[in-house]
Amino acid sequence: MCGVCGCGQATVEGTPASGQAPHHHHHHDHHHHHHSHGARGTAGPLGAVHAPGLDPARIVRIEQDILGENDRLAARNRAWFADRAMRTLNLVSAPGSGKTTLLVRTLTALMARADAPPVAVIEGDQQTDLDAQRIRATGAPAVQINTGKGCHLDAGMVARAVADLDPARGTVLFIENVGNLVCPAAFDLGEAARVLVISVTEGEDKPLKYPDMVHAADLMLLNKIDLLPHVAFDVDRCVDLARRVKPGLPVLPVSATTGEGLDAWLDWILDHRPALAGAAADAGPA
Amino acid sequence: MHEMSLTESILRILETEAGRQGFSRVLEVRLEVGALSHADPDALRFCFDAVTRGSLAEGARLDILRLPGTGWCLPCGAEIAVARRFDPCPRCGGHQIQVTAGDELRIKDLEVA
Repeated sequence: MCGVCGCGQATVEGTPASGQAPHHHHHHDHHHHHHSHGARGTAGPLGAVHAPGLDPARIVRIEQDILGENDRLAARNRAWFADRAMRTLNLVSAPGSGKTTLLVRTLTALMARADAPPVAVIEGDQQTDLDAQRIRATGAPAVQINTGKGCHLDAGMVARAVADLDPARGTVLFIENVGNLVCPAAFDLGEAARVLVISVTEGEDKPLKYPDMVHAADLMLLNKIDLLPHVAFDVDRCVDLARRVKPGLPVLPVSATTGEGLDAWLDWILDHRPALAGAAADAGPA
Repeated sequence: MHEMSLTESILRILETEAGRQGFSRVLEVRLEVGALSHADPDALRFCFDAVTRGSLAEGARLDILRLPGTGWCLPCGAEIAVARRFDPCPRCGGHQIQVTAGDELRIKDLEVA
């Protein structure tokens, strides 16, 4: 057997011993000469790889976070938002939690206020611009990101979308992430805060089932509370479970349908805005 | 399945490092994946094989080192093991726990040629 690659079909040059490995030659001086194994050299039975003309195997240190590139782009987004005194919120939830309906109601209420800030929306979905159309119907500018087969937004997508949006100074920017309680947890977009929407038509044990997302959240909105009389949903238990995963997580109950709890949610959005006055350098994200 | 994106990020790092550190084949990739990280090791393996096909890392072994989760229990003032984010402190049963390790998702080193 070949002592380097572990192949069992060694032949002596010119005289195939078994006829099983016609392109595999061992010279008498034990110079290994493998060819016709494909363009890049191939793995033998023990995983050893021969690549003619290359250095032998060596170890190189990398020590890099796999998400390092996304985190770098997210930091750049965050600095960009801060320069414009923007407040950027990343809305995450399961599909069907009422995120878009809540967003439509939120935008309408925000724009009706005397101290209305500029608003803008980035919509993330696998396909269609249906949500962006719903948002634009409120009068708020919106761009749609279609992730195709992707299951989450990443910081690079958001950077391209805000370049299209070109939001004014002081804009409150909502990013509606792809409806998914798993994947978006890992991807920082550069937001000031991550808002988790859970509706009372879902299970109250969701915080335990999707702990990564709860842990990454800065606020939990409990949506569809107008339906509480009709569903077996224990609000206290849901909040308790969420705070086991993320101690001290603020929770606001809301109804996008009736508007209940909306004022507290709007206050939370506006109270944490960076100061508009003064130099951009003084205005950091909350 | 965001493990596909994670694996694509791994491949991009390998391609960048190949130019920087002068190698053309990756034989093994060693990852550190914390118990509380956002990635599932089996899904990473599945995606790694798919994503590296036809690349400098085709056929490379993926060695995943699992790192334990640890946290600081605020009431106890002690470091504790944390297997899952919602587990209580094994000493006091409380949930006032600050996770201190277990989030890792890193490429540690490579065997290259």
